Amino acid sequence: MSFTQSLPVAAAIGAAFGFTLERAGLGDAKRLSGQFYLKDFTVLKVMFSAIITAMLGAFWLGRLGLIDLSALYVPETYLAPQIVGGLIFGVGFVLAGLCPGTSCVAAASGRADGLAAVGGFFGGVLLTGLAMPLIGGFYESTAKGAFTLPQLTGAPYGAVVAIIVCVALTAFAAIEQLEKRS
Amino acid sequence: MTPPRPYTNPYVAGAALGLVLLSAFVLTGQGLGASGAFANAASGLVSALAPAQAAKNSYFQSYLVAGAPWSAWIVLEVLGVIAGGAISAGLAGRFAMRIEAGPRLSKPARLLTACAGGVIMGLGAVLARGCTSGQALSGGAMLSVGSWAFMIALFAAGYATAPLARRLWR
Repeated sequence: MSFTQSLPVAAAIGAAFGFTLERAGLGDAKRLSGQFYLKDFTVLKVMFSAIITAMLGAFWLGRLGLIDLSALYVPETYLAPQIVGGLIFGVGFVLAGLCPGTSCVAAASGRADGLAAVGGFFGGVLLTGLAMPLIGGFYESTAKGAFTLPQLTGAPYGAVVAIIVCVALTAFAAIEQLEKRS
Repeated sequence: MTPPRPYTNPYVAGAALGLVLLSAFVLTGQGLGASGAFANAASGLVSALAPAQAAKNSYFQSYLVAGAPWSAWIVLEVLGVIAGGAISAGLAGRFAMRIEAGPRLSKPARLLTACAGGVIMGLGAVLARGCTSGQALSGGAMLSVGSWAFMIALFAAGYATAPLARRLWR
């Protein structure tokens, strides 16, 4: 195991992750839930700023030959369970007003509702894990391997990156207009 | 005591989060996560309490084969998330024992809905092999098809559910 994969580095990266989530105000379930009532757009702004920053960073570091993009982990696609999982997850997200990472931050900043969500999440993972003999067929279905949007669309990597940046910037501009009006 | 300081501009905080995510990719080859730590801990718990059950369960086995489930990378990362969140809140004067709830919801009811939401997210995150951190954020930045499908499904279901759950928040 190299130094960068060592446990102190894991803790340091996690701490930076938790620190930025708290700075953004994402430990507050009222703020997160506002996203689903179009009253507070912090979730969308933070999430898409983060995605385009990391996406552009990875793209350019790869293009300049500073990192080996093929060595970066792309989560494997299992289309049906990931769509169904997303649909179920979205319902839980609205009820809790928090997602797993932000629940940890909510709990860490003194919020008992965050702790309740963390406990519930652990229970949900445990129960679903125990039910795996029943749902394993579905869980393993529609496996596509490491499958990316450029592979899906046939468009070049750089073009997909550019389109996502444009969509995000357009969404940000629309949100700013909406917020100015209200 | 100084009053709590306001939160950082969301675009600035988001870009900073993106740099943290990029550092994770450059340093370790993988992105950020949250639910993996819970899956690890659940596997460890089942393995400790019911080793026979854990041994014949493919899901728990996938977390147990790699080695000690309690000390895995992702578990330390999530302990770091908790520490980082506490440090940030403390430095900004935002640490306070409280329950965040919508104006029409009692505190006990809020704890119940938070817990129920957590259970449901647990089911979703196991099926999707990750949550908003590992799939939407990290897989999204790597342009994984499954991650984007998860993200779109998550927001679609969220917006469909929100009007029914209005009493919880507005």
